[in-house]
Amino acid sequence: MATYILKRFLQLIPVFLGATLLVYFLVFSLPGDPIVALFGDKPVNEAVAAKLRAQYHLDQPFWIQYLLYLKSIFTFDLGQDFSGRPIAAVLGEVFPVTARLAIMALIFEAVFGIIFGLIAGLRKGKLFDATVLVASLIVIGIPIFVLGFLLQFTIGVQLGWAKPTVSSAATVQDLILPAIVLGLGSFAYVLRLTRTSVIENMNADYVRTATAKGLSRFRVVRVHILRNSLIPVITFLGADLGSLMGGAIVTEGIFNVPGVGNRLYRAVLSGEGPTVVSIVTVLVLIYCLSNLLVDLLYAWLDPRIRYDS
Amino acid sequence: MTDFITVDPAQPSAPGKGDVVLEVRDLSVDFGVDKKWVPAAIRLNYEVRAGEVLAIVGESGSGKSASSMALLGLLPSNSRVSGSVKLAGKELLGGSEANIRAVRGKDVAVIFQEPMTALNPVYTVGAQIVETIRLHNEVSPDQARERALRMLELVELPDPEKAFRSYPHQLSGGQRQRAMIAQSLSCDPKLLIADEPTTALDVTVQAEILDLMRNLRNKLDSAIVLITHDMGVVADLADRIAVMRRGVIVETGTAAEIFHNPKHEYTKALLDAVPHLGQGGEADGDVDVTAALAAATQADLEAIPHEELLRRERANAAALAAAAETAKPQGDPVLELTDVAIEYPKQGRVPAFRAVEGANLAIYPGQVVGLVGESGSGKTTIGRAAVGLLPVAAGTMKVVGQDISAAKRNGRQLHEMRRHVGMVFQDPSSSLNPRLPIGESIGEPMFLAGVAKGAELQTRIEALLDQVELPRNYRNRYPHELSGGQKQRVGIARALSLKPKLMVADEPTSALDVSVQAKVLELFQNLQKELGFACLFVTHDLAVVDVLADRICVMQRGRIVEQGSRDQILRNPQEPYTQRLLAAVPLPDPEKQRERRELRAQLLSGAS
Repeated sequence: MATYILKRFLQLIPVFLGATLLVYFLVFSLPGDPIVALFGDKPVNEAVAAKLRAQYHLDQPFWIQYLLYLKSIFTFDLGQDFSGRPIAAVLGEVFPVTARLAIMALIFEAVFGIIFGLIAGLRKGKLFDATVLVASLIVIGIPIFVLGFLLQFTIGVQLGWAKPTVSSAATVQDLILPAIVLGLGSFAYVLRLTRTSVIENMNADYVRTATAKGLSRFRVVRVHILRNSLIPVITFLGADLGSLMGGAIVTEGIFNVPGVGNRLYRAVLSGEGPTVVSIVTVLVLIYCLSNLLVDLLYAWLDPRIRYDS
Repeated sequence: MTDFITVDPAQPSAPGKGDVVLEVRDLSVDFGVDKKWVPAAIRLNYEVRAGEVLAIVGESGSGKSASSMALLGLLPSNSRVSGSVKLAGKELLGGSEANIRAVRGKDVAVIFQEPMTALNPVYTVGAQIVETIRLHNEVSPDQARERALRMLELVELPDPEKAFRSYPHQLSGGQRQRAMIAQSLSCDPKLLIADEPTTALDVTVQAEILDLMRNLRNKLDSAIVLITHDMGVVADLADRIAVMRRGVIVETGTAAEIFHNPKHEYTKALLDAVPHLGQGGEADGDVDVTAALAAATQADLEAIPHEELLRRERANAAALAAAAETAKPQGDPVLELTDVAIEYPKQGRVPAFRAVEGANLAIYPGQVVGLVGESGSGKTTIGRAAVGLLPVAAGTMKVVGQDISAAKRNGRQLHEMRRHVGMVFQDPSSSLNPRLPIGESIGEPMFLAGVAKGAELQTRIEALLDQVELPRNYRNRYPHELSGGQKQRVGIARALSLKPKLMVADEPTSALDVSVQAKVLELFQNLQKELGFACLFVTHDLAVVDVLADRICVMQRGRIVEQGSRDQILRNPQEPYTQRLLAAVPLPDPEKQRERRELRAQLLSGAS
């Protein structure tokens, strides 16, 4: 197992290099001159512009810029964003907020998705199952920004059950509504996945064996059906953690959450290559690590899977 | 629970002499299908005594499984059960869920067919047995563990400690079935329901499990209900037999009555359909395998008087000598393997796996060669390589005169070769495209090869349907509208459509009921005689090759260990493995099976 984990960590190196190169190239190819954009409506002062270009190495060719960026990563000096703040400090500010949001969303979708999916699966074809299936289709069908505004207005503004916007501290309480909005789509998928998986396992021979042993229905479900049914669900949840971290742009925009999505959006608009690449690289690493975690969980849940050959 | 009749273990129980453990009266089972009740079992009556084995025999759809699952309320929710089931005098039907739950696993235990899937893959064998024990007994985890280990020892697992810690997938099929039996016996059940307990196992493993069950029956004095379609298994184990057909018990009787003096038409038909390998009947060409094995191993049997055995051995030797004078094969071989090794190619990080090594084999025109072996022996691998589905790693393989050992995958050479080779697959349901009418499935090879088109193609399809004895108007039906036997006829028609010189048949009848299997085999045999194609017939069932094959190759662990004419192999087996394999096949006749069992015990003790 240890060799396997080590191997997976070594695999992170090419992923890291590839991701940074690709993202750096994409940002480099964006149309428009970020320095000119900095001046806004004011006339461009050529001397200042040239100085800024030199400071951010924008006068260098692509490869030099990329290598300089790599160097900055390995010297732990990510440089500064256009407003002059160290990028490392920016990362340290936005990632905890988004991590909190993403984990809350993950807990929400996991707990409710699995519970609803389990009940729907056990009562296949009954009213609860049908209702939940239709509701999950609706949730999947409605775009997240519509859902976001809808919940913000009804629950946040009209009913006043949760705060409609998020303070700069972004406390857990502030983030409840955004986390639900962020997790709703995946919640529907988790629900459907759990349901299908439970239905499949309910008819498995070993479930009949468990019943024939005299176990109560509850114990058959909890011990024999649930664990087997969770195997595909866990895979989905792990992969989803990465998506939640990076995909919160819309939700963070709606609720004004000072997180990764907001900052990334601004950085893309202003063409801040190093900031964009830094954020995306961290996201890629989180994605890889959560996938590794899933694979380890997988082996734990299903003893048939062994990574040592 | 105190009102249960306790069985005194000190009292030796002659079969049928114990107390009645299970009494079934007017048991009916219906399934709700499309808002209608479809009967699966109709007014069944039977009882089982302590220490007795009642076999419920029938083909698929006879209701034997459904009625037995109904005893414990294990049927799906769309079912309806009526009648009375009394376990040691106590009614099981109609009680509360809690009532029946207390009985399940404790008083009545079940062994299921598929040991592969009947145990939960994510828990260790030990944990699952301990779960059962602790559910029904107030014992500490340590005591439960100790008992579980004792049960694993009782079912003769070589290393109980290791089996206890193992997950189901780490055990072989036979070991898994032993673990399953250990679990079901862990609470001393009064009644054991064994639902096709050996059907999924290889024949030598099946023989071991049957031995185990016989030992346990003597030791434990439980009543056993054995559900099976296999008359050989019945003959080996059963004291009494109930024959079921379409939900009704058509005949009950002691094993001797049913086997020697069947009254009902269906019982007779069923017994006739069972291919009895070497039972040594009066009919011409029947092989007395018991005599053959006894002669080959110089065994002396208690079950047969010495003089009688000698007479049978002499008759066997005479038949072998007579068979040797039959015609030698003519022409060039249609399939020829010289020192062939076959590998499953490397896939990603999974290294290549050599499934067959050093295989030599030749099939001459008009000859049927039976390739027998147990699972994992490489028999199917040879069949697949013969049609170019697997590459040849070493040696030369000639098919219809062409050397295909070096042929490119999906290259022209294989394409050409496949026009002369037909293939029939094991599972008729999944080897036909569900969205094509069967006429198109049959015609597709001819269309693709450009042999026939339009009206001519239609005529050919009709001719093929005639040949496999299916009505012509079936051509527009879809596979799901046909029965298993009919589907396999379609598979045969498709394989015949290009008039192949070589036919590769991979277990074509193993998914079918015995009576259907008998008909399909007869058809196959007639077609082979009429059309004269050479055939490589891959099967695990020695009884089937006994009927069909001119020559037999026995495979074990990727090697052909013995080959020869049918009579050489069946009448004079030389290799210990062939002998063991022959001895493991249960005979559908209680007395003959007793002889065979004794012979097998001698073979095994001689080997160790």
